[in-house]
Amino acid sequence: MDFDELYQSIILDHSKRPRNRGTLSPPVTHGSGYNPACGDEVTVFVRQSPERGIEQVSFESQACAICTASTSLMTTQVKGKTREQALALQRRFIDFLTKDAPEEGLGNLQALGGVKKFPQRLKCATLGWHALEAALSGLDKEPVTSE
Amino acid sequence: MNFPGLANQYRADFPILSQEVNGHPLVYLDNAASTQRPTAVIEELARYYREDHANVHRGLHTLSNRATALYEKARVSVAHYLNAKKAESIVFTRGTTEGINLVAESWGSRNLRRGDLIVLTEMEHHANLIPWQIIARKTGAILHFLPIQDDTGAIEWSELAELCRQGNVRLVALTHISNSLGCVNPIKQVCQTAKKYGAVTLIDAAQSAGHAFLDVDDIECDFLVFSSHKCCGPTGIGVLYGRQELLDSMEPYQTGGEMIVSVSWNEAKWKPAPHRFEAGTPHIAGAVGLAKALEYLESIGRRKIEESDHFFGTAAAERLRELPKMRLLGPVADRAGIVSFQLGTIHAHDLVAFADQYGVALRGGHHCNQPLMRKLGLMASARASFYFYNTETEIDRLISVLRDAAKYFGD
Repeated sequence: MDFDELYQSIILDHSKRPRNRGTLSPPVTHGSGYNPACGDEVTVFVRQSPERGIEQVSFESQACAICTASTSLMTTQVKGKTREQALALQRRFIDFLTKDAPEEGLGNLQALGGVKKFPQRLKCATLGWHALEAALSGLDKEPVTSE
Repeated sequence: MNFPGLANQYRADFPILSQEVNGHPLVYLDNAASTQRPTAVIEELARYYREDHANVHRGLHTLSNRATALYEKARVSVAHYLNAKKAESIVFTRGTTEGINLVAESWGSRNLRRGDLIVLTEMEHHANLIPWQIIARKTGAILHFLPIQDDTGAIEWSELAELCRQGNVRLVALTHISNSLGCVNPIKQVCQTAKKYGAVTLIDAAQSAGHAFLDVDDIECDFLVFSSHKCCGPTGIGVLYGRQELLDSMEPYQTGGEMIVSVSWNEAKWKPAPHRFEAGTPHIAGAVGLAKALEYLESIGRRKIEESDHFFGTAAAERLRELPKMRLLGPVADRAGIVSFQLGTIHAHDLVAFADQYGVALRGGHHCNQPLMRKLGLMASARASFYFYNTETEIDRLISVLRDAAKYFGD
């Protein structure tokens, strides 16, 4: 059934037991995402250096299962990547959900493919990724919105 | 309390309800967002377009005369429905939101002064909050919120009299039935207090007009607003009732055709109320459909609908309380047919998506009550809202789907 495709076991697992949840001690940059339609909020924290890229990443969320799981999965994937690699992955992931781009290189992020049949949940799946982008840009500004 | 059984008689009037959603019979519990329409209303809209449509108030031909007569007759029907003495005190709007914006702009911007108090409650819908924020900013008036005490939505109403005694309360605007908490506010008592101290009152009747008996003469409110689509009528039309002297003293909200007596290159004269507030071609079919919807509700009887709501609200709340980790919002007694809740740590959107897979339509989110939800420490909540066409079995379906969701998303 489509619904179980949306809430695959890996999604339920990451929503109930999110990885890398919490804040990071400085030096750290952060970015926040806000979905005005439902009030969901995600803040992503990254510690990055020019030599070693993304050393640490974590997040805090007040959000639905899809959003929390997508952000949790995201943190497991971008740790150790350079800023450019992380942003490339973000684009590939969003293209996978919105433009039916192939799933190559997405690893367990493919589990979010069920969102394609539930377009109203697309913003849930991408909110944490927009917060990541804001965190990587290193500018502590107004939360990016999903609009 | 026994199931009032209105569904036995009236559910069949609503063709949309007899369908399957995702392979299950539809259980429509999102009536606070919008109710459904009976065949009588759907057919009246079609009949109007098929037989009587032309533009109104330009009556030089038969169809225009017919359309005008129907449109103005709808105004009379609304006046009767609210027990307003004059049809001229009924303005057709796009809905509750436009009604409040109209009053805020046309009455508020001319009558509110720096330091005046606009008193609202903490449970107002954004539609009865943001227009006042804007007018407060423009005029220097100050917003004051009567606080809710806890999850039940109880308000210490004596604070209002206290504020009024201090002298600068100019407007009291409040919801009759809370769209998120389901509590019924004592509007008559509030209006009496406000009137005693010369404050103007506005009642947001969005959740009550299709559910409760409203008598503006008895309530003694100055303004009352509601939307047609929450009482079995078409979308895109609503009502502003205003006390005649106030409406007559107000400037237009929008300007253009239909609302003028005469126009020269440099100035124009307005028609009296209500037409002064109805610039442009109005939603004629909407008004005609609304009149049919109100006639339909009257044929059932609003007291009966009110009893039915009370049954559903109370019965659903009782059953929901049996679920583990249930946090129920709203009053214990005197609940309207609206029940909001948080089930364990399950996010409202996940819950609503889950219920939808079993044909159960709920609302999830902040219900346009963001500051209220924040005060209660919630990002969002799920809501089941009932109408007279719902059945007792549908409460069972709700409880059963929530039990399944708790298993699905549970720890």
